[in-house]
Amino acid sequence: MTPRAQKIASASLIVGVFVFWELFCLAAGISELILPRPSRIIEAFLQYAPAIAPHAWQTLYTTLVGFFFGVLIGLSLGVLIGSSKLAYDTAYPLLVGISSIPKVAVVPIFVLWFGAGTVPAILTAMIICIFPIVVNVSTGIATVEPELEDVMRSLKASKLEILWNVGLPRSLPYFFAALKVAITLSFVGSVIAETVASNKGVGNMMLIASSQFNVPLVFSGLMVLAVMGISLYAIFAFLERRMTGWATRKNIA
Amino acid sequence: MSGQEFVKLEGVGVTYGEGVNKTQALCPTDLSIAQGDFVALVGPSGCGKSTILKLVSELLKPSEGNIFFGGRELGAKPVRVGMAFQSASLLQWMTVRDNVMLPLKIVPPFKADFRTKRDGEFKDRVDALLEQVGLIDFADKSPWQLSGGMMQRANLCRALVHDPDLLLLDEPFGALDQFTREELWQTMQDLWLNRKSTVLLVTHDLREAAYLANRVCVMSARPGRIIDNRQVSFARPRAIDVTFEQPFIQMVQDLRQLIVHAPAGPKADAA
Repeated sequence: MTPRAQKIASASLIVGVFVFWELFCLAAGISELILPRPSRIIEAFLQYAPAIAPHAWQTLYTTLVGFFFGVLIGLSLGVLIGSSKLAYDTAYPLLVGISSIPKVAVVPIFVLWFGAGTVPAILTAMIICIFPIVVNVSTGIATVEPELEDVMRSLKASKLEILWNVGLPRSLPYFFAALKVAITLSFVGSVIAETVASNKGVGNMMLIASSQFNVPLVFSGLMVLAVMGISLYAIFAFLERRMTGWATRKNIA
Repeated sequence: MSGQEFVKLEGVGVTYGEGVNKTQALCPTDLSIAQGDFVALVGPSGCGKSTILKLVSELLKPSEGNIFFGGRELGAKPVRVGMAFQSASLLQWMTVRDNVMLPLKIVPPFKADFRTKRDGEFKDRVDALLEQVGLIDFADKSPWQLSGGMMQRANLCRALVHDPDLLLLDEPFGALDQFTREELWQTMQDLWLNRKSTVLLVTHDLREAAYLANRVCVMSARPGRIIDNRQVSFARPRAIDVTFEQPFIQMVQDLRQLIVHAPAGPKADAA
């Protein structure tokens, strides 16, 4: 299949799913309280848009702030751990251990410490995205070819020069791959924290809407989350292609 | 070709591990290389050829013995070294030109002027080198767009661009096919004849050693030691055809016999 045909096929599938959903609900006469039709969801979205907007901004805000600090911490830890074989071997089991804890389980602890609201959401978004970045960046740096390192060392390059010229650029594809995963995870973290303990944010809004049986609004919230999640992912996927095209051997003349 | 003595190893040996696990990688070895000489080290795999290279480039510290550069002990005065390995290990995110330029960013005195000269003097310097090895048309390409032989040419350029006092080659042509390898031998010979740098080449290819070097040192199996040391006196520049003539073939056969029948190092039968 040509790339163009591929794109058309993907787009048709997406449209097709929504059309099927709409028709299926109509034909089977499914109650709006169970599964509203896409057209009803969009209608609800337009109707409630002014009310949804502050919640959406809140979610985007906690996600991005948490993500920013998560990347900062993850990148620093990753560079630190990756640059030393000893640190890498020592810290790796702990990292794997921590990263296998479901991060949402720490939300109650954050609420206990900082109270409900914005802070737990930011912290959850942050902590959930640190580990994929640490693991990827440190792996990228730690797996520099030994020959290359020998060439650099024989030139009497300092550790910092090797890191700057070889380690860091080499770990960029790993870093950007991690960013794509991390932004999605951050988003999940924010929404969960909002759902559990906040009076603002899309997660909270959905919770309240569902308690009022305003199902189309619940689904509108879901739609907003989907659009935001996909957009954030797309932005980082685009950045990845631009920055590390050399790794996939594309986009370079 | 007996210039001033440049590199000298005196009773240099390497042992790894302690106690029962102690393994001798290199028996105490003497080796001296004259300024501007081209020396090849040959021997069976694992005999410590690469160990000697790592010792001379200060990547490894000897367990015993001393290494001298121009009469001074290693480390006393910075020696500019260029190295090339079997894997070209070019940086994939840079153009070929930037890859070759990398040492100029790191080695003094070039390092100090890197920012101001990278688009001028240094670029010309790199391009001149690329021109010599026939890569000038590929200067702006990415490494993965090159063939294996071209990557090795770029690798050689990177090892030479900062005018090293000593060029260390660890089987740089080992992974290439026969034709490409012979082409690169010629390129290497031309580069050496132009620059007269001091070269230490480690290889398991006896033809390569005899074709390129002024002197071939033969090493025994592990733990290695140098068991023979012979001059190669074919006239320069050598054409590839030389390698198919009787004296050359005879020489390669002699080297082969030496390696095949070499007794292992002195402590080998005790182990």
